[in-house]
Amino acid sequence: MDIFSPGFLNYLISLGTMSGIYAVLCLGLNLQWGFAGLFNAGIAAFFAIGAYTTAILTTPESPNYLGGFGLPIVLAWPIAMLLSGVIAWAIGRICLRLRGDYLAMATIGIAEVIRLLIKNEAWLTAGTRGIPNIARPFEGLPSTWNHLAFMGLVMALVAIIYWAAERAWASPWGRTMRAIRDSDMAAAAIGKDVTQFRVEAFVLGAMVMALGGALSAHYFKFLGLSATEPMMVTFLVWVMLIVGGSGNNRGAILGALIIWIIWSATELLTNRLPGEWITRTSYIRVLLIGILLQVVLQRFAKGLVPERPPRMIDDKPESR
Amino acid sequence: MSLLQIDKLVAGYGAVDILNGIDLAVEPGKISVIVGPNGAGKSTALKAIFGLAQIREGRVLFQGDDITRQPADRLVARGIAYVPQERNVFRSLSVRENLEMGAFLKPGDIARRIEAVMGLFPPLREKLKQAAGELSGGQRQMVAMGRALMLEPKLLMLDEPTAGLSPLYMDQIFDRVIAINQSGVGVLLVEQNAKQALAIGHVGYVLATGRNRFTDSAANLLVNREVAESFLGG
Amino acid sequence: MIALSDFINLYLLPGLVVGCIYALGAIGISLLFGILRFAHFAHGDMMTLGAYLAIIFTANFDWSPYAALPITVIGTALVALLLDRAFYKPFRRSAGIVTVIASFGVMLMLRSAIQLIWGVDVKTYDIGIRFPMEFGMLKIAPRQVTIVLVTAALVIALHLFLSRTRLGKAMRAVSDDPDLARVSGINVEQVVRWTWIIGAGLAAAGGVFIGIQTKVHPNMGWDLLLPLFAAAVLGGIGRPYGAVAGGLAIGLCQELATYPWFSEEPFIAPGYKPAVAFSVMVIMLIWRPTGLFRGRAF
Ligand SMILES: Nc1ncnc2c1ncn2[C@@H]1O[C@H](COP(=O)(O)OP(=O)(O)OP(=O)(O)O)[C@@H](O)[C@H]1O
Ligand SMILES: [Mg+2]
Repeated sequence: MDIFSPGFLNYLISLGTMSGIYAVLCLGLNLQWGFAGLFNAGIAAFFAIGAYTTAILTTPESPNYLGGFGLPIVLAWPIAMLLSGVIAWAIGRICLRLRGDYLAMATIGIAEVIRLLIKNEAWLTAGTRGIPNIARPFEGLPSTWNHLAFMGLVMALVAIIYWAAERAWASPWGRTMRAIRDSDMAAAAIGKDVTQFRVEAFVLGAMVMALGGALSAHYFKFLGLSATEPMMVTFLVWVMLIVGGSGNNRGAILGALIIWIIWSATELLTNRLPGEWITRTSYIRVLLIGILLQVVLQRFAKGLVPERPPRMIDDKPESR
Repeated sequence: MSLLQIDKLVAGYGAVDILNGIDLAVEPGKISVIVGPNGAGKSTALKAIFGLAQIREGRVLFQGDDITRQPADRLVARGIAYVPQERNVFRSLSVRENLEMGAFLKPGDIARRIEAVMGLFPPLREKLKQAAGELSGGQRQMVAMGRALMLEPKLLMLDEPTAGLSPLYMDQIFDRVIAINQSGVGVLLVEQNAKQALAIGHVGYVLATGRNRFTDSAANLLVNREVAESFLGG
Repeated sequence: MIALSDFINLYLLPGLVVGCIYALGAIGISLLFGILRFAHFAHGDMMTLGAYLAIIFTANFDWSPYAALPITVIGTALVALLLDRAFYKPFRRSAGIVTVIASFGVMLMLRSAIQLIWGVDVKTYDIGIRFPMEFGMLKIAPRQVTIVLVTAALVIALHLFLSRTRLGKAMRAVSDDPDLARVSGINVEQVVRWTWIIGAGLAAAGGVFIGIQTKVHPNMGWDLLLPLFAAAVLGGIGRPYGAVAGGLAIGLCQELATYPWFSEEPFIAPGYKPAVAFSVMVIMLIWRPTGLFRGRAF
């Protein structure tokens, strides 16, 4: 393979963009799981809310679905995040006062309901047809450059979220969140409103996930039912965060990069196999990723980049 | 040889140490009493033996055999029975089922042993079919002790069996402890009602902040002025 | 309006049958939650596995699925024991939610393994067409009768097990208080093994019933998960009898919700049946998270 060929460059750019989008999702999940210990089994729901909101708001008029608002991205994305946050808030209010398993079950439910809505309410979402012609920012630029610019945008957003999440991690808010995660009884005993803190983390995470969905919609320029597929979104993001190291924002980004490279590289390999084997190997791939998850959970529970207590600006360096 | 012997036990929960090296012993057929202020680590000592608190250092010997960190069912099989301080009955199971669970390891001949427990705690007889969660505190304590006695243990460890009981019930429970002991069972008794407990005990231990503060015969501890002032409420 | 006979034949009876299937799955979820304290996400896929194991016998040896049922139940229970040993046992002492993640992984592994072995096509058991029995205006398919009767028999057997046998009582004891069970000398690991055997066995039976009633496909476990969780929550999680009631209730609710109650149109479009389960679950979580039968309060 000629590493200087435009094809390879484009491959690298797509790799960077996709892992960037996944990094956004991972950072969102880290806010929920890493910070607050909340198990969200419906990442796909918040991803799809983000993707469909921005697609509907920014695309031109179409007889197939509710469109034609023609909003610019700078408006559409915040709206998408807001909507996702509101839904997360409602779910969180109901479930987060209960044991974690209830949230897990309810998020499965919300993901399923969102999937049904997208599938059945074709007037709104175009249903199985999907929404085409979603504009990608920088499309005016020549081919490789516009890909590059979009990757730059994704990277910039990852950087901003990372920075904000790191600040949050070191803040009193982050400290309270970890205290709640590690022992909600103890946190409640010192007078913290445990449910309120959890709802905050859950809503923030869901908003970041919606941004990931929006980015993905504009990157692929087409949005269909596959966006609600639990496998590609929910499961992969979980594997990324666990492998990278939950509770560590750097781990979240690293996990997204590594797992996406493995995922897409194996796809590259298996695509060369004869027809029937392509489908078969795609299941082997899921199986192997599942085993990887289990191995990491059991043997390297902390992930590649373990969680660390934040360095406090006003603390003396720890003497060890 | 002591029935139970604890040497320099260090134990705690998570990363926190609660016991900082305590020594205890129960002689065969005798009652050892542990007293001490709230949070001293009395319950933790019993829990550590049964793996509900983690042992970090030290040993636990039963009849001379090292039983440190052995799984609970092995300890029960050896003849150690334990009644925790809180949540010591299966609330949704009937009284009879609670007793049967005490005999899980030796299911044969349950009827005779239930009969023996009924002899010890007659008030339970008419409650056999009732859910244990519906009983009064004193009756629940009887169920808990009855459950522990189902395997005819050599050592009975009781964590504050009289906590929250009316004086009448309290006397009944102490009376039963004596009866159990007189049938040859060694007893390790943790108590808040220190005077009464020491009065029925043979050996006494005063624990405070995870350490042995006083160890003596129960009778001597009762008349020890220092102990009386600081730990027996004057 | 639709005639009463159609209401019974097209909504009530199917709802009852689906309810039985949900009940069989939800019992396992509820038992496992009570004993192991985690929501088992791979439970729907245990049902899928049962449905596919039966295909081995119906397709290769021309057995009837009923004949394949016992061996399918045993096979699924064995797989569950292996999965427990490999993927859940290492987390017995960790926080429950880590086990949930592990079960999430097992869910996808099971599904991809099934897709790998059996492919993604929809399959049926080829029972052949049996004409429904007519009782006056009622039309009842023999398979509906069988499914309801076998489910009832299994639930009664479960009841006898839990209330009469030493192991069944120990199971309730562990569910009540695992620490106390351990210090009482109950062999908790043995209880856990039997919980898997019963939970997975019943799930397999439910899976085979789905195949008998409709068809088998690799994603059916995912579609089942939501109604199963809803049934377990409705019945009070950790309460096997509650799960039976919850399963029946969810099954009936889902089918009856598509009845044209107020106009010519179905009250709820059939495509939204899973949303009915979700609504019931959310209402329960708001109103009474311990479930109708006072499960564990968390
Ligand atoms: N499960 C636990 N996890 C963490 N800390 C615990 C746990 N149980 C007890 N502790 C702590 O261990 C210390 C000793 O508790 P322990 O129950 O042994 O005291 P105790 O002497 O039995 O007191 P009491 O007379 O009130 O029963 C206390 O500070 C308590 O907060
Ligand atoms: Mg105590």
